[in-house]
Amino acid sequence: MQKTIKLTISVFIFFILLVFYLSLNKVSNYDTENLVGNKLNQIKLESLEGINYITNKNLKKNSYTLINFWASWCAPCRVEHPFLMELSEIKNLKILGVNFKDKKDNALNFLDSLGNPYHYLAKDIKGKQSVNFGIYGIPESILIDKDFIVIKKFVGPLNFEDLNEIKKIVSSL
Amino acid sequence: MRTKIIFTFLLINFYSYVASNETINENKIYKNLRCLVCQGQSISDSNSDFAVTLKLVVNDLIEKGKSEEEIYNFLSDKYGDWILYKPKFNLENLALWFLPYFVLFLGGLIILYIIRKKVKKT
Amino acid sequence: MLSNIGNILLLSNVLIGALIIYYSFNCLKTSNNLVFKNIYQLSLIQSTLILSCFFTLVAAFLVSDFSLINVYQNSHSLKPVFYKISGTWGNHEGSLLLWVIILTVFSFLFLVLNKNHPKNYRLHTLIIQNLLILGFLFFILFNSNPFSIINPVPKEGLGLNPILQDPALAIHPPLLYVGFVGSSIYFSAAMASMVSNYNDRSFAKSIKGWVLISWVFQTLGIMVGSIWAYYELGWGGFWFWDPVENASLLPWFAMTALLHSLLVLEKRNALYFWTIILCLLTFTLSVTGTFLVRSGILNSVHTFANDPSRGIYILVFLSIMIITSVYFLFTRYKPETNHISGNSKETFVLINNWFMMFYLITVLLGTLYPIFTDVLFKSKISVGPPFYNSVIAPVVVFFLVFMAIGPQTKWIKNKFTNLKQLSIILGGALLTNFTIIFLFKSYSVISNLIIISSLFLIFSSFMDLFKKTKLNFARIISHLSFGFLIFFIGLNHNFTIEKDFNLKLGEEKVIDNYKFVLNDLELINQINYKAIIGKLRVKNMNTNEERTLKPEIRIYDNPQTLTYEASIKTNFFKDHYLTMSNIDRSEYYNVKFQEKPLMIWIWISVVMLSLGGFVSLFKNAKNN
Repeated sequence: MQKTIKLTISVFIFFILLVFYLSLNKVSNYDTENLVGNKLNQIKLESLEGINYITNKNLKKNSYTLINFWASWCAPCRVEHPFLMELSEIKNLKILGVNFKDKKDNALNFLDSLGNPYHYLAKDIKGKQSVNFGIYGIPESILIDKDFIVIKKFVGPLNFEDLNEIKKIVSSL
Repeated sequence: MRTKIIFTFLLINFYSYVASNETINENKIYKNLRCLVCQGQSISDSNSDFAVTLKLVVNDLIEKGKSEEEIYNFLSDKYGDWILYKPKFNLENLALWFLPYFVLFLGGLIILYIIRKKVKKT
Repeated sequence: MLSNIGNILLLSNVLIGALIIYYSFNCLKTSNNLVFKNIYQLSLIQSTLILSCFFTLVAAFLVSDFSLINVYQNSHSLKPVFYKISGTWGNHEGSLLLWVIILTVFSFLFLVLNKNHPKNYRLHTLIIQNLLILGFLFFILFNSNPFSIINPVPKEGLGLNPILQDPALAIHPPLLYVGFVGSSIYFSAAMASMVSNYNDRSFAKSIKGWVLISWVFQTLGIMVGSIWAYYELGWGGFWFWDPVENASLLPWFAMTALLHSLLVLEKRNALYFWTIILCLLTFTLSVTGTFLVRSGILNSVHTFANDPSRGIYILVFLSIMIITSVYFLFTRYKPETNHISGNSKETFVLINNWFMMFYLITVLLGTLYPIFTDVLFKSKISVGPPFYNSVIAPVVVFFLVFMAIGPQTKWIKNKFTNLKQLSIILGGALLTNFTIIFLFKSYSVISNLIIISSLFLIFSSFMDLFKKTKLNFARIISHLSFGFLIFFIGLNHNFTIEKDFNLKLGEEKVIDNYKFVLNDLELINQINYKAIIGKLRVKNMNTNEERTLKPEIRIYDNPQTLTYEASIKTNFFKDHYLTMSNIDRSEYYNVKFQEKPLMIWIWISVVMLSLGGFVSLFKNAKNN
């Protein structure tokens, strides 16, 4: 009896110390990796012009869609813009831009001066739609395939590596 | 007589509880949602862009008649369980929820054991 | 220059630590009960040197010697003198130096103040304590040296995080460290007691004072931290169940349990091994907490700049500590021969320990669980206030009741003769609770139970004051103020009024019976920050009470940081708490107003609680 108790305690202590050790090499920050593999079923976004809605139907025929959340007031969005411009020329990929908590005029000015990489333009004035996409700060981008399955999430501005990764995924079709 | 008085007061005390309302409380929900862009704050304590948006969404969901449970499920679908300050009851969190009470139970047993030993010997 | 002095002092401390251990072993071989004179001398020199080492660092901060990385990273020449000094221990490296000071000074004092205890026990304690000191000195020297230099020497420092530039936060770490680093001395004493077979009630006497000191300081330290969080973080809460807060609470639970079990060991010579376990557990939890906080594996409000190499060092240290103490426990364990009767004070002390262990396990589990799920299942979860409240609150009810009944019992064998009195007290508690509900508003079942049980404890402790027998003031004060603490927290929780709204300059807003007007926004320039001060007029239309609150939005220069300063108006009945923050891309300000009843009484209760400890400490010192 005493032996079992001693053994249990020893194993327990060893277990805790091991977990501590393993956790040292972990990043304790939050990420939304769990969203990868989920299906985005109910996409319904008002277009930037405000005349119609962009839904799953519009995106069905695309092999890949990149949903990008941006705003004219967001500085990092300017940083990633050239990469989006480059992505917009890829054949297999369409880009849906969601203008986030922004004014329409400012948004259009932004696109006028920097170029428009978006095949679809939607708006999310109060930011409520972004919650459906698991967005918690912009810029964020979500890559989905033709079945609306999330393949990859990019938090923060897209960079050169992200660009190459997207190209690789899209061309592997 | 005294027990009767105490019993009456007990009844009154609990009656008062029943009288308190049972409606859904948005503040309670806010306090259970973690502000993902902040350091260890609930969205109730923050007015970052994210917290403001999330409060709007929660209000919408309440208006739609969703229950607290449904709101949590919706948000943890989108953001993962990280967003909930009160972890769900599930297999993964079994130890978290039951171990404290197991320890409480075990401790009670140990105390009983210590006390009993005396009775046997004398 | 200062860097060299500091390093030399650190190295000589290592040397002296080693010498003390060497002489202690020599002294153990002698047959008389005398401790070598040079051990006393070395121990005194050791304390002096480590203090000089610390003052060297303080001096570096005072003269803003930016050739030291530590000063460069945590100070700024324009900072007020007070915060230059407190900056010394406001960072990882400097605070470790404070650690070693407490380890060393306690080591010396324990040696000097326990002359009537056997030599073997004292020397073993000294050896183990010095091993701990060496462990931390090596950590400082090899990993976290506050005297490391930087080349070329920067012209200006980076400054201290403005939310840390605060009087409460300046005294918070020293208080807390005396608490949980102070527990090292009874860790060492417990090990020594097992090694030297010094295991009767006189062992309890030798550590009682130390346990009390650490408990009092830990209590005050936690409170000061909590007060700081209350007015500085701007959320109006005072306890967030944040991992760092939990790390300070864990040793507190162990200390509180120890404080009680020590009574049984002292009076009845029972529960020896359990007391030893608690001694070891307290300091082990302190080091575990340090590991969790400093390694950065937990996500917390109070993040120290983190670095995995620190983590690995503390983890190795912690592992050695745990493995050795468990080894000694397993090899020295003997079943108790003293028995405890079901209805006796001993049993109630055990009940206290039982609940303390429950709280401890709950908080420990809640703090560590996210790490476990991340490592084992790769899933990230959060454990926050709703978890702790819902698990702990129901149990507190029973705890308070036992806490009221326990002290009424007698040692060895008790008989309840005062059932009549207890039922009157219970009736009083129920009546008071009902009056509160009747006059104000009702609250949930659990809140009802907590308020009733806390009132039960308050009344019964209060009745004890009028007993004819000899009074145990320390216990009555502590138990009474703990009852008050829970009572006030309960009321505060249930009667807090919160209003959250947006307002622009000149606008008026009416919510329920409150009227708010943002009268003015003033821009001011201070030495190290700029601030926007809002003048908000708040009127309670039911009572016609009116007051102006002045929340601030501060922009600090070094380093550039935005902080929101709450405006708090305190009186004996309630606090008015208001924070204002700017909303991006808008002329509106978000205003958060809270009316928090009886806030000041929560702090007063905690001060009273620790006062109980002081009284007991005083009595203990007088008896010895």
